[in-house]
Amino acid sequence: MPVDVGLWGAGALLGVTGLALAAGRLKAGSALVYGASLLVCAAALGSALGALIGGAGESERVLPLGLPWLGAHFRIDALAAFFLIVVNLGGAATSLYALGYGRHEAAPMRVLPFFPAFLAAMNLVVLADDAFTFLFAWEFMSLTSWALVMAHHRERDNARAGYVYFLMASFGTLALLLAFGALAGQEGDYAFAVLRASSGHHTAAVAALVLVFALLGAGSKAGLVPLHVWLPLAHPAAPSHVSALMSGVMTKVAIYGFVRLVFDLLGEPSWWSSMTVLALGGATAVLGVLYALMEHDLKRLLAYHTVENIGIIFIGLGLALAFRANGVAWAAALALTAALFHVLNHSLFKSLLFFGAGAVLNATGERDMEHLGGLIHRMKATSVLFLVGCVAISALPPLNGFVSEWLTFQAILVSPDLPQWGLKILIPGIGALLALAAALAAACFVKAFGVTFLGRPRSEAARNAKEVDRFSIAAMALLAILCLVAGVVPGLVVDGLSPVVASLVQARMPGQEAMPWLSLIPIAASRSSYNGFLLLCFIALSGGLSAYAIHRLASRGLRRAPAWDCGFPDPSPLTQYSAGSFAQPIRRVFGSFVFRARETIEMPPPGALAPARLTVILHDPIWETLYAPIASAMSFATEHINHLQFLTIRRYLSLVFLLLVLLLTVLAIWL
Amino acid sequence: MALAIDLAIQGAQMALVLLLAPLLTGIVRKAKARLQRRRGASILQPYRDLARLLRKDVVLAENASWLFRVAPYLVFAANWVAAALVPSFATGLTFSWSADLIAIIALLGSGRFFLALAGMDVGTSFGGIGASREMLIASLAEPAMLMIVFTLALIAGSTQLSSVAAFMVSSGVGLRVSLGLALAALVMVAIAENARIPIDNPATHLELTMVHEAMVLEYSGRHLAMLELAASVKLLLYISLIACIFVPWGLAPLGAPAAALGIGLASYGAKLLCGGVLLAFFETTIAKMRVFRVPDFLGAALMLGLLGTLLRFVSRSF
Repeated sequence: MPVDVGLWGAGALLGVTGLALAAGRLKAGSALVYGASLLVCAAALGSALGALIGGAGESERVLPLGLPWLGAHFRIDALAAFFLIVVNLGGAATSLYALGYGRHEAAPMRVLPFFPAFLAAMNLVVLADDAFTFLFAWEFMSLTSWALVMAHHRERDNARAGYVYFLMASFGTLALLLAFGALAGQEGDYAFAVLRASSGHHTAAVAALVLVFALLGAGSKAGLVPLHVWLPLAHPAAPSHVSALMSGVMTKVAIYGFVRLVFDLLGEPSWWSSMTVLALGGATAVLGVLYALMEHDLKRLLAYHTVENIGIIFIGLGLALAFRANGVAWAAALALTAALFHVLNHSLFKSLLFFGAGAVLNATGERDMEHLGGLIHRMKATSVLFLVGCVAISALPPLNGFVSEWLTFQAILVSPDLPQWGLKILIPGIGALLALAAALAAACFVKAFGVTFLGRPRSEAARNAKEVDRFSIAAMALLAILCLVAGVVPGLVVDGLSPVVASLVQARMPGQEAMPWLSLIPIAASRSSYNGFLLLCFIALSGGLSAYAIHRLASRGLRRAPAWDCGFPDPSPLTQYSAGSFAQPIRRVFGSFVFRARETIEMPPPGALAPARLTVILHDPIWETLYAPIASAMSFATEHINHLQFLTIRRYLSLVFLLLVLLLTVLAIWL
Repeated sequence: MALAIDLAIQGAQMALVLLLAPLLTGIVRKAKARLQRRRGASILQPYRDLARLLRKDVVLAENASWLFRVAPYLVFAANWVAAALVPSFATGLTFSWSADLIAIIALLGSGRFFLALAGMDVGTSFGGIGASREMLIASLAEPAMLMIVFTLALIAGSTQLSSVAAFMVSSGVGLRVSLGLALAALVMVAIAENARIPIDNPATHLELTMVHEAMVLEYSGRHLAMLELAASVKLLLYISLIACIFVPWGLAPLGAPAAALGIGLASYGAKLLCGGVLLAFFETTIAKMRVFRVPDFLGAALMLGLLGTLLRFVSRSF
């Protein structure tokens, strides 16, 4: 019974929490805790892989926990098995990385107990089979991750990050609670099996309500614009391995929540609901990458890219909803496969990139790219592995990020057959936004890699950087290899996803096993095909052959000399292009519209010794139009309600009397 | 046997692309010189340049990393493989199914990614300026190109370049508004992607508006030769792409007899010649743009492409 294995895994992780509490202060405490987490996650990963690929079928378990008349229901189906793979793969890689990285933790007791508990909570969310258990595990996941965000609570801005995260997490759970409430209806049974039985019988208003609450609840956890504001604050604030877990894995658990609610429990969607999801996804993808381009803090840049990738996943989910609403099951299967493939891909390369950022932070103590540079000479392995992650996330062939975006494009290309005019006009625009996001992501990662790892070191810390430990490199190498494998033989992943997709939309993509030469053929060979394996071979062959031929037949001489730089090389590394200067053209083209970016230049008069200054002012459109008004309204209200604390006893009594009269009047009118 | 012939044709295509690319560059330069009433260098000059560069030693900047040395081969390989997948004289190449049009565009994107990184590797301001501007141009040119691909794919019902070309030869195409929009947008994108006037100037080396030349400024010897060849191959690729989609006449179909292949080769040569001369004519008649007007130019291409796609979504008859 795989569900029992899953539950044992979650239980064992909670046991590791106990171990951390007991032994965390020991010298070997961190190795013990992360080693145990690694073993448990690897075992759970193996069992989930077996459940998905071996086709072990569904299994359920009811434990006498939680509410006495309800019990706690747990269940594994194909969808849960897939997300358990994502969670435990991320968990195992993170534990491996933390074996090395965690040794540098200044206050291990602020991290060690919460880390396995966080992993257990994510496992439980995916395993849960009733609304109470789901919400309980969800809230447990939020709280443990909040504790990890606050691990370095004395650092600047971390307390604010924790506060904003806490508020948004509570808001998200509330929205999910309301979504389940609307689903359960008047019978009020919260087991997923009962909810599933009544799926498809909801009135349009209830279905709309559930969708909106699911978008608010899961979207706020995943980082959907405009609910993303906490994410770029909280994810970088945590220790780097936890950042990887939050960005790479926890956002995927949120996606799981959305898919479970909307695809599994809600039943047949209406076509306009897909428009909402598509529009939000498109806006999220482009805004996320534009925010990232304006950012010079390596970890915050990566966090904003999580927002972008969540947008891409939601575009796939929205397309699947649109096809499903119109009964085009095979196209829905294509779009859903693309979305779930991207879920896996993003969990791989985002964890990899955060590990790399952690390695840089460890080696230099810097997150600000403007103080880095030249690390490719000093951190050889890290730079290669980080480069793999950059190529993968920029959706460039032959790595995995490209495959899922390619599948999404293929899904867009079959959508002109949809009958609704709204979708016909929206989807080409979404396609353009997706293409724009992919191209801007490439620009952003040229910036991230180029400024951090290439060029000349911009600070003493970057000049003296040392390569990180072997565990960190092993974890990064594991994820980099998986990125390559998923990109070169995508057919394996697509076939692995097919039971998941079949259980949700009752159709599947054509089996890729039988395709010649490991090609990926989503619909038919005459329509489109992609073969990452052959492309990789061709590139390796033609590049290798030309290099060999040139070295053999032409010149192989090489000598080192100072850089040419048009004859005027400047010895100061400060004259290099910085992250700010790299992003300046894009800021001017896109930022003046989106962020109302303004540049002011102060030039001292000729002869004066004062430095010239360039000031850039950016406005965060979401924060300023949505959150700032709410915050100021709240403080306005609290300031005025505050008077109520300082009244005389007569006034309090008269208030009570007035309220009583009011309530009685209401009652009289009501009845 | 059939497989051997197919493989031979694929190999011939790869060799042809590689051999013709410098010639095309030479033709463009010669035509430009003649239009400016200069005599110009021989059209074989690019071959001589390449041969000379290949024989020279590489002078490498002191702090250049391995990436700087690997990038020329990677860029060249990406461009060459992409060009080998675009039908030049025959459709239905053996390996044409290994990447569709979207993947070809993305493959060129991979090449550009590494070229931009190489530009930043030495840590000079020229390399950075080139990389930054190249990525700005790409961030608009790539979506525009994808919108063009969408339009074509929706017309032909396939993103497979061979299928698109075969569809364009067939009589079912007719004149369509969306095709016209796609052609206009594709020409604009091709000019931007190949760093031609008015976006960039391939002839200058010391100009603050330069993009491509600034990225390769630190390169010398065989590395520079690879990058120059890669740029020529990319120009050839875009002209072949426009030719095989919009003037597909003469393309030899799958398994055609030798005579048809001969016609295909001859017509391909003629198309390249026309394309090169037209490009030279266009470059002579127009002035270089300021960098911050480039987004307007490419934004127009993006809008044209989007309009084409939208028309196809709205109605099949456009």
